[in-house]
Amino acid sequence: MDIFIQQLINGVTLGSVYAVVALGYTMVYGIIQLINFAHGEVVLIGAMVAFSVITALAPGGWPPLMVVAAGTMVAIPVCMAIGYGLERAAYRPLRNAPRLAPLISAIGMSIILQHLALLVWSRNFIAFPQIIRSEPYHIGGAIITNVQIAIIATSVAMMAGLALIVYRTRLGTAMRATAQNQHVAGLMGVDINRIIAVTFLIAAALAAVAGVMVGSYYGIAHYQMGSLLGLKAFSAAVLGGIGNLPGAMLGGVLLGVVEALGAGYIGDFTDNWFGSNYQDVFAFMVLIAVLVFRPTGLLGERVGERT
Amino acid sequence: MKGRHPALVWVGAGLVGIALLALPFALAQAGTAWVRITNFAILYVLLALGLNIVVGFAGLLDLGYIAFYALGAYVYALLASPHFGLHLPFWLILPIGALVACLFGVLLGAPTLKLRGDYLAIVTLGFGEIIRIFLNNLSQPVNITNGPQGVSRIDPFRFGGFDFGKSETLFGLAFSGPVKYYYFLLAMMMAVIFVTVRLQDSRIGRAWEAVREDETAARAMGINTTNIKLLAFAMGASFGGLAGGMFAAIQGFISPESFVLVESIMVVSMVVLGGMGNVWGVILGAVLLSFAPEVLRYTVEPVQKSIFGKSLIEPEVIRMLLFGLAMVLIMRFRPAGLLPSAVRKRELAERKG
Repeated sequence: MDIFIQQLINGVTLGSVYAVVALGYTMVYGIIQLINFAHGEVVLIGAMVAFSVITALAPGGWPPLMVVAAGTMVAIPVCMAIGYGLERAAYRPLRNAPRLAPLISAIGMSIILQHLALLVWSRNFIAFPQIIRSEPYHIGGAIITNVQIAIIATSVAMMAGLALIVYRTRLGTAMRATAQNQHVAGLMGVDINRIIAVTFLIAAALAAVAGVMVGSYYGIAHYQMGSLLGLKAFSAAVLGGIGNLPGAMLGGVLLGVVEALGAGYIGDFTDNWFGSNYQDVFAFMVLIAVLVFRPTGLLGERVGERT
Repeated sequence: MKGRHPALVWVGAGLVGIALLALPFALAQAGTAWVRITNFAILYVLLALGLNIVVGFAGLLDLGYIAFYALGAYVYALLASPHFGLHLPFWLILPIGALVACLFGVLLGAPTLKLRGDYLAIVTLGFGEIIRIFLNNLSQPVNITNGPQGVSRIDPFRFGGFDFGKSETLFGLAFSGPVKYYYFLLAMMMAVIFVTVRLQDSRIGRAWEAVREDETAARAMGINTTNIKLLAFAMGASFGGLAGGMFAAIQGFISPESFVLVESIMVVSMVVLGGMGNVWGVILGAVLLSFAPEVLRYTVEPVQKSIFGKSLIEPEVIRMLLFGLAMVLIMRFRPAGLLPSAVRKRELAERKG
């Protein structure tokens, strides 16, 4: 039972990071039906920028929380600039192109961003300075650290903020209208280009925060960390039903929990035939299983194919 | 090809044929490495042509295609290496590898083909990762794949006393191992090109095109869309398995590292950059994308040295940056690929008009 609670806590922590990244995928997909393959790299750059700022400020004797906040505050605008640049340079010119063209453009951009990160931050693993001391709290035999609590709280706050923007503001209404039908939204006076750009900006800001969270959770960053994280987050978005915001949140948390529980229990269930090195298999197995029975994801509704 | 004199087409094809036959000897002047690079380029052409059946003809985006290549490679490696002590002849294993890949293609396709568009893409991607993770971990408790260390000392192709791994002199010409493989691969490639070109204009090819353009209408026309999509998946997978087996034999060593997601994405890029659905475009895309990194490898370093006097940035990084940039730029200016298929060309013209 202790292991169960422990893995649940770890799963929810990781899952809430997935959820925040998944929101970025799902928002962009919802509005222009594009798998933004470079989104994982935006997360990576968020983590790396925050790392540089934190390393620079850490010896200054400031309160640790302020240092991390400063790192995040620098990472967010940098990532937003990259997100905006991606949209302008690689996706907007291809909006009326055949369906796979923007996908290839996105893959190209992700290769470019990854190797730019390699140039700036080297190909080594970088250790995040552990300025916030990890304090364990005990819950029924399991341990939750203050970092985990902070990650979960930040994720929830950001999701709530995003939900407010999307469902309660004029901007959000315009975004939802554009997602439903670009042309009609345009006729109703919505500035489509602006809305799409804003979507990319919000997604990139979320990615930046996710980058900081994942960096401080693992305490380590690497120029290739964006791809697998992006892949899982995208799976989470699809699991929940792509284009659907609550779906991305649900999918993210679910994926994190399944992964953690799977890794924790597979040894027992299979008599130690399979070990926790199969962790990554679970995410995809669950994804395939869910999609076979619910082809549009858990909360997704049937959407027409883009022609 | 309408409007062109048939005799001219034959002369052209003949010239290309002679050039292809003479190519390895020209390349050998620059070093055997280039013959090897060419061999891998041909393997990529085979992969791209196989994936083109799935993506280009039937319109199903498969992001885990490399898994079938991996299956073919592992079948060959396990049946012809000291790992299990089995040494079956290659003409037996290659079809087995293709068959196993085909089987997995059907296993993956049967439950998932009702998914549409990007949902299918992500499921195939997940499938590719699952296969790779299993290959990576199936060394315990029973050692099947030898895990991350991979399988080594794989047998080369042997036909009687004719060994593809050894050099030989025939008719006064020296044939090194890679050159022999080159001719084998060339023959394979010709066969695959022939099959795909004929397939495209066949009843099946037209059914694929119909499904790709409008599945509902295709069904209304009496096409069994599930079967026809499954057929595309199975055929694409078996081409991948075939190429994988040859890869294992040529390389002599395989490990799960050769079958990562990036490889799948690379093959998709070849298909789309070259021109989805157009066999010649796909070949062009595969040749360009497999040679470009190698050419950059040999040019980036000297160019940097001559401009700055020293090597400022790792050549590998520049190579990948230019590579990514090329992908973005080609899509920006030729969104239907370098050699678009007739249907795509028509679509783009309609949109502009």
